[in-house]
Amino acid sequence: MPERGVSNGLSWALGLALLAALIVLPHLVSLSQKEILVLLVINVLLVSSYRLLTLTGEWSLAHVVIMGVGAYGSALISKELAWPVPLSMLAGSSIAALVAFLLSFPLFRMKGFYFLIGSFAAGEIIRLVWKWSEMTWLFGGPKGIKLIPPFPNIKLLSLDIDFYDPVKYYYLCLVVVAISMVILYRIERSRIGLTFHAIHWQDKLAESVGVDTFRYRTLAFVISSFFAGLSGALYAHYIGTVAPNRFSVEEMTYVLIWAIVGGTATFYGPILGVVTLTVLNEVVLRALGVDVMRPMFYGAILILFILFLPNGLESLVPKIKAWIPRRKHKQAAEQTAEAEQPAE
Amino acid sequence: MTTELFLQTVVNATYAASYMALIAVGLVLIFGVMGVINFAHGELYMAGSYAVVALYAALGMPFFVAVAVGLIFVGLLGLLMEYGLFRPLRDNPLGGLIASIGFLLILQTIAVLGFGVQMEQVPPSTQGKIVFSDGVVLTYQRLYVIIATVVLLSALWLFLRKSKFGWALRACAQDREAAALQGISINDTARLAMFIGAALAGVAGALTAPLVAPTPQMGHPVIITAFIIIIVGGVGSLEGAVLAAILYGFVSTFVTTIYDGTLANIVGLLLMLIVLIVKPTGLFGAKERA
Repeated sequence: MPERGVSNGLSWALGLALLAALIVLPHLVSLSQKEILVLLVINVLLVSSYRLLTLTGEWSLAHVVIMGVGAYGSALISKELAWPVPLSMLAGSSIAALVAFLLSFPLFRMKGFYFLIGSFAAGEIIRLVWKWSEMTWLFGGPKGIKLIPPFPNIKLLSLDIDFYDPVKYYYLCLVVVAISMVILYRIERSRIGLTFHAIHWQDKLAESVGVDTFRYRTLAFVISSFFAGLSGALYAHYIGTVAPNRFSVEEMTYVLIWAIVGGTATFYGPILGVVTLTVLNEVVLRALGVDVMRPMFYGAILILFILFLPNGLESLVPKIKAWIPRRKHKQAAEQTAEAEQPAE
Repeated sequence: MTTELFLQTVVNATYAASYMALIAVGLVLIFGVMGVINFAHGELYMAGSYAVVALYAALGMPFFVAVAVGLIFVGLLGLLMEYGLFRPLRDNPLGGLIASIGFLLILQTIAVLGFGVQMEQVPPSTQGKIVFSDGVVLTYQRLYVIIATVVLLSALWLFLRKSKFGWALRACAQDREAAALQGISINDTARLAMFIGAALAGVAGALTAPLVAPTPQMGHPVIITAFIIIIVGGVGSLEGAVLAAILYGFVSTFVTTIYDGTLANIVGLLLMLIVLIVKPTGLFGAKERA
């Protein structure tokens, strides 16, 4: 960050403003929008964790299923084993990470397109096992698991927080997601994260200097799956039910679209994508009353972006940044020109 | 398993293998020439089915006229994809794949807007059937699919081997730059491959419409099936796709009959994963295409 010193104060101010906006936001919107806000925060974690995997250059189609592994895991552990929900959430996320670890052995023998298809197959197998009539005793078949225990109330001195209220759950998600994002950011900035980048752009070169690319790919997959699982757990204990179709490849398509529309080169790219599209979806499509058109809207946006803005919304940010000073400069120049003119 | 049930399952498997082969061969042809995996292939199949729903079931046109229109209509959809998506993204295979996901969402929405989300019931075009014995029956409706597959794939094979266009198509599939240097028009061959590939999916959808109750989501299991087949057969190999379609058609039908459909899907996907791990070039040869 070359200009850190100059913009430090500004970024602090921006950060505080963002924090304030995030805290006030749920009080400004309608009830149904509050629900969407909770899901949006969960989706931010989902798509950000997805980005960590794409850092190594591989695009998985199993990420939403992995989210589902976390959701099913946490739901079952809290319901059947009666673990406290915060613990079951961590356990569910760990199961998601474990599943990713096991899947990495077959999947990382493949690359590129084969990995894409392989991850798709692996994800579908997991989803079919949830649906399978032989496994209904555990996973509840196509209807899934119902009556998942909610997040327990927190009673602290005079404070009594009831997470049934979407606003409270929103704050909970915000805290969990914020902590996760800091961890994800730290990982990316660490030596491990730099190695991920190296594997993406120069895997042969990375191997030649002694990087075990298989191990690092697995590491990226496991970490990203842990946080995908966590997002699934947050989802399960909020909605109260999980079912195989919630984690279908169609849902995966949306994650893919968020990531591509936002861009995956920067940390904020996918977040930009999911926030922009969710707002557009809720404001524009809801207002027009054309919910049926949702897939077409997403499909058209995906095609337009891949054709005309393949690096996503994030690629506009530097352009805007460059444009604002230039404009200021131009204005200043015009002003001086105006000031000089009468003098001539 | 009784002999009769066994024979009936063989008949059913032959039918399943037939329409799977039509779909998978189209997908492989597109991949071979364009270098793009067409995720919207299942939705092209769906579009073929809806052509029959609209023209035959709703408007009462003769069944085979509706099938022919469906074939041409879906072929034209293929041309549209080639022109609008794959040509601008020619140097970006993953981009083409992602764009085709966008296209499938659009096709699904059009089907929902035009026909609704419910299952369509298409009346059979014929009640005729061949009765081998008491428990072994092949309806004409299914026979049409088997005959169409044999005729169309034989015609395609002859076309690819004997005609000048076919040579050009195969040359493009092997090495696009070299083919262009020999004076072969890349755009023309791409158009041709997309038209044929899409039309094959369309005709499969049109012919099976009375047998499957079309819905806007029907492409989803179809694309999974097609992926299994092209991976098992070896991506880029037409003969491999046909052989894999027969293999998978039999495996899937027998597992479905003996156990259940979900297990059949799991077995298919496991087969695909194993092939991907052990022999990514597919069971039936064809060298890997970069």
